[in-house]
Amino acid sequence: MNHLPQAWGRPRDDVYGAYDHSHFQTSGPIQHTQSPIVTGTSVVAAKFKDGVVIAADNLASYGSLARFTDVKRLRKFNDQVVVGFGGDVSDMQYLDRLLNSLDIRENYSSSETALNAKNLHTYLAKVMYKRRSDFNPLWNHLLIAGLDGEDKPFLASADLLGTTFTSPTLATGFGAHLAQPILRRTLPDDASVEDVDQETAVKLVKEAMKVLFYRDARSMDRYSIAVITKTGVELHEDEKLENQSWQFAEQIRGYGTQVN
Amino acid sequence: MASVFSGAPPQGGPGYSFTQTPRAAPSGERQHGFYPYTDNGGSTLGISGADFTILAGDTRSTSGYNINTRYAPKLFKIGGEGPDNKGAQIVLSVVGFAADGDALKERLDTIVKMYKYQHGKNMTVSACAQRLSHILYNKRFFPYYVHAILGGLDEEGKGALYSYDPVGSYEREQCRAAGAAASLIMPFLDNQVNFKNQYMPGSGTGHNLQARQAQPLPQNDVEELVRDAFTSAVERHIEVGDGLQMMIITRDGIAETFTPLKKD
Repeated sequence: MNHLPQAWGRPRDDVYGAYDHSHFQTSGPIQHTQSPIVTGTSVVAAKFKDGVVIAADNLASYGSLARFTDVKRLRKFNDQVVVGFGGDVSDMQYLDRLLNSLDIRENYSSSETALNAKNLHTYLAKVMYKRRSDFNPLWNHLLIAGLDGEDKPFLASADLLGTTFTSPTLATGFGAHLAQPILRRTLPDDASVEDVDQETAVKLVKEAMKVLFYRDARSMDRYSIAVITKTGVELHEDEKLENQSWQFAEQIRGYGTQVN
Repeated sequence: MASVFSGAPPQGGPGYSFTQTPRAAPSGERQHGFYPYTDNGGSTLGISGADFTILAGDTRSTSGYNINTRYAPKLFKIGGEGPDNKGAQIVLSVVGFAADGDALKERLDTIVKMYKYQHGKNMTVSACAQRLSHILYNKRFFPYYVHAILGGLDEEGKGALYSYDPVGSYEREQCRAAGAAASLIMPFLDNQVNFKNQYMPGSGTGHNLQARQAQPLPQNDVEELVRDAFTSAVERHIEVGDGLQMMIITRDGIAETFTPLKKD
């Protein structure tokens, strides 16, 4: 070690020559994310009369490779909000840090009420819309689940284009095709939310996760599930899919080894 | 950078069979990875009368063949007090790219509220209409991808309706349909509101035919026209359905109604 702290931990110039900074040159156009690399698949969520259930599996895929099998894609923000992330995992981690700094700022501020799910959805939707308007999108589809300002169940989505919508049930990615029709059988409209209790909703979301595991090639049987009610957030990050039955596989006709 | 990850199936479409997966990275600059717009479907419609204006829109939000939600309003009160726009006199409807629509609504709402705060009087519909045009034109080279319709009552208390294109061209009209099913609804409105292709009975044949003159319609007739227009559009357009939201602006304020539509 020498007296130049800037050089500590770097290859010695007298041995390896001066560092080639051309790698860091900033001339030329700025490059942005044009496609997601490591990705998480569906997030599914459903409201019930006292709160919201949300679930996502623990897999981060690298193309078709199941690369990371212990990535938690549900993030508890506080006692009344959970955010579920689909899409690019590095952008998820960026948003995670952003939410951390937001939370710290909120806790130091003098405001009396904590940010609720509605507040957080507005915030995240604006972040997403700003980034798409800068042509530098965060490649995610988010579900924000929790309670609104009146302690009513709140569930809404925000995607990489800044599009937002709310619904009694929501699912991102493959789940929008496979899970949403199943969830809508029990929760077709806002009025039906009052007729569904926590147990039914949790069972429903777990059933949707099972269907997704059967048919989504980029999914996994380990998943996280969170229930948000007035009493707080109940988050389980290492659930295993139960009661799988592959009976149906032999009924499938039209592709595979059988002829007809 | 992109060449490193080319082993994954291409983004553009299905490529999951091994023979289809490209072995070499596509040569040359990759262009246009991110398209910042989408179409959320749906339709809106506005008709003005002698002392009222009606704006309507379906509540379905789509992306591709998916239904995002069955209740996403496309009608927004502009101005008034607080987040619920209490006492507002102007309604904006937006259809197209919903995220841009929300951003546009929020900007116009803020401007109209600030106008009241700074000048101590309500913004007139004509002033608001021109301001909206300027907002859209200011983003001429990265437009808000929406077809906006603005409704209210003018200084004489008559129904006022303004329609816009995404870059701010605008016009005051009697009626206008916008969005996915505009091409289905607008001809119906031409015939039923402006009496196009209607002639006075017994006025003769050929060049002697006298066109039936358009006149402002009573409120009930207009409400029924709107419902008929949407129930018909639902039959023929997959992006329209679920619910019909109407806002009726009269001198008494804004009345809001909701009518279910087919959910198929």
